Amino acid sequence: MTGFRWISLFQVLLLLALFAIWHILTRTEILPPFFFGEPLVVLEVIWEWFSGGRIYKHLAVTLIETILAFVIGTVAGLVVGLWLALSKTASQLLDPYIKAFNSMPRVILAPIFAVWFGLGIWSKVLLGVTLVFFIVFFSVYHGVREVNPVLVANARMLGASKRQLLRYVYVPSATAWVFSSLHAAVGMAFVGAVIGEYLGSAKGVGYLILQAEGVFDINTVFAGVLVLTVCALVLDRIVTIAERHLLRWRPGQMGSQS
Amino acid sequence: MTQTALRLDDITCTFPARGGSAYCAVANASLAVGEGEFVSLVGPTGCGKSTLLNVAAGLLTPSAGSVEVFGAALTGMNDQAGYLFQSDALFPWRTARENVMLGLELRGTPKRRAGQKADAWLERVHLAGHGDKYPHELSGGMRKRVALAQTLILDPKILLMDEPFSALDVQTRSLMENELLELWSQDRKSVVFVTHDLEEAISLSDRVVVLSAGPASHPVGEFPINLSRPRDVSEVRLTPQFLDLHRTIWDALKVEVQKTHAKESA
Repeated sequence: MTGFRWISLFQVLLLLALFAIWHILTRTEILPPFFFGEPLVVLEVIWEWFSGGRIYKHLAVTLIETILAFVIGTVAGLVVGLWLALSKTASQLLDPYIKAFNSMPRVILAPIFAVWFGLGIWSKVLLGVTLVFFIVFFSVYHGVREVNPVLVANARMLGASKRQLLRYVYVPSATAWVFSSLHAAVGMAFVGAVIGEYLGSAKGVGYLILQAEGVFDINTVFAGVLVLTVCALVLDRIVTIAERHLLRWRPGQMGSQS
Repeated sequence: MTQTALRLDDITCTFPARGGSAYCAVANASLAVGEGEFVSLVGPTGCGKSTLLNVAAGLLTPSAGSVEVFGAALTGMNDQAGYLFQSDALFPWRTARENVMLGLELRGTPKRRAGQKADAWLERVHLAGHGDKYPHELSGGMRKRVALAQTLILDPKILLMDEPFSALDVQTRSLMENELLELWSQDRKSVVFVTHDLEEAISLSDRVVVLSAGPASHPVGEFPINLSRPRDVSEVRLTPQFLDLHRTIWDALKVEVQKTHAKESA
């Protein structure tokens, strides 16, 4: 417990040190502030955003897009992953398509989604979904295939029907695999939302960043990146808490991080 | 004359092997287990003991031969049988109580009643007060007890056991063996107990069946064990009758073990 406190303290100190170095380097103009921004100005921009209330509607849009992409992508990845892992025919049929879609640079699809779904939130959500889906899908797909066959045999001996096997064995086993992928998925949902906004929108933090870049306002760009990073950390934290609660049956899960 | 609970008739199991050939694990094996009888199958490693057990459970369809359960041909799963696996088969995301009540839950028993029955069974296997623990919080012996309760709560007529205690340390093991005998003596299920440990087989069983070395394994000898019951598994091992039986059966088993050994070192 004390070790944990010390580490947190040092983590904060490290952050302050990095800001201090950034500050000194740009103040002494070793790094040109025009290209590298100035930390104090960045913080000022953030302060103005929140105190002036300008950021809230943009942040709300970005968060809604992220959360929708995250939820839809995760559920779709879970369902399709379970389906393909348990149906040999379907997985054989779809295998090349899955591989093709996964190796495709899907960010390129953003303009197409914008054409199909307009400049509102849905084109961003869809981009996020295509990124999140494959992360979750692959971990569920491989997770289900590695379900302990003895557990399946035991459930069958205890009288489980096929449907019950899914509910009582495969889904709980897959949950552990889903959570291992959700941390990466949160980040990807953000990437989808922000890139989507960046490529064409009228709202969102990505839109703010794009506007600032247009006038070479590096400080505002950094401010946007910083706000997004903090939001991503908070979402990741929520996933960790949910994970600890839902996977409390796992050895070493209890108290492992406290 | 007691009824036959389980009859395996002329069972052959072949599995596809690498290179397109077929591996024949069990060939022309026949076995009958009477109602309330405790039968052990012993044999060298890899002789298809577990294969026979899986056939009896309905988990595996034999390539040839037939299975009868209380006189009726077996198709699909054997719902009269409970199965105790060699490796850990508890569901790690369920507590001990939830593991024990799973079978009832699958049959649609209301949760309250299933929970009450599970508690009663946890008490019978001396685990009262441990119901809310997850499997990884229990010791190996406790996990086996939970597995036993999980199987017995459904009151199967036939109990199939695949080296259930092989992973336990010696002390825990004889403790579990005695507990198993006590539970069994209360309602005399038919038991098929697979083991590679001859002493365990003799001390528990009414009859010991020796299987030949694989491949194409089949029973080569049957030995009735007429030691009196109730038995204490560690005490019975010191009696002269036990040593006689051990010598006789070991003579038959040794031949098969040596065959396996010769094949492995060749």
